[in-house]
Amino acid sequence: MDVLSAPYVLEYTYQRSTGPVVGRFLTGLREKRIEGVRAIDGRVLVPPREYDEDGEATGDFVEVGQEGVVVTWARVEAPKRFHPLQTPFSWALIRLDGADTALLHAVDGTVKTGDRVRARWKDERIGSIRDIECFEVTR
Amino acid sequence: MSDPVTVFQAPIRLDYTISAGRHLSHYLRAIADKRIVGGRCTQCKKVYLPQRGACPTCGIPVEDEVQVQDTGTVTTFCVIRIPFEAAPFPPPYTAIAVLLDGADMPIFHLLRGAEEARMGMRVKAVWVPDEELAPTLSSIRWFEPSGEPDVAFEQIASHL
Repeated sequence: MDVLSAPYVLEYTYQRSTGPVVGRFLTGLREKRIEGVRAIDGRVLVPPREYDEDGEATGDFVEVGQEGVVVTWARVEAPKRFHPLQTPFSWALIRLDGADTALLHAVDGTVKTGDRVRARWKDERIGSIRDIECFEVTR
Repeated sequence: MSDPVTVFQAPIRLDYTISAGRHLSHYLRAIADKRIVGGRCTQCKKVYLPQRGACPTCGIPVEDEVQVQDTGTVTTFCVIRIPFEAAPFPPPYTAIAVLLDGADMPIFHLLRGAEEARMGMRVKAVWVPDEELAPTLSSIRWFEPSGEPDVAFEQIASHL
């Protein structure tokens, strides 16, 4: 006997508040500026957070470079509809120049640990992590 | 300079294709035929609606199909007063658990045409026009009062 099937969509249309620190980070992205914050121990956290891992409030904002180095990565051979790129790409943790922590973003094509990458900006920016279309390898 | 960013959209969306399975498919196809069928466990004699592959209590296969009525009794209800995107009607409206005549498990549906809902209220199904019948519980638009006297609580107490 044929079994019936039907589409079923589960969707939550969340809108999240950014808070002051992530809000400033996203606002900076709209202006092609990547900012981190300085933690109490001197490290620069990118993306910035209100508190460090020990619960200490973070301090001043610090602009960091738009290039960095790949710390680790995972390849996506067949991107899904909601992925930032529709061609094969890699998720990568990228430690930007001047930062001490790594930012998760997409890198166009293949990549390996230690590669140098640079941000590729979208023309139309709204204050979102996706204002950076992806990173591209400069080697 | 435009305003600083204070919020962002973070939708979560999962696109499923659900399979009804053999027994639920049979139940839904019967509805397209304007019939409501359940399955009776040969051991505990309870009529499950929709019918299951096995009796949840006894754990034995349920093969004994029975047709139940499109009339029934409201066991419990909930008046929805808060609007949300997928709401079937503008609030307020009433969702009911209705014990169809001949079944031992209530199904969930909507009540319309009643000034108030009551436990024990007698209702009957309002079907879509025959040409719109389809294998979905939406083939029943809602339930409305049948006009019969309410059923005593004791008669529905074991079916809540």
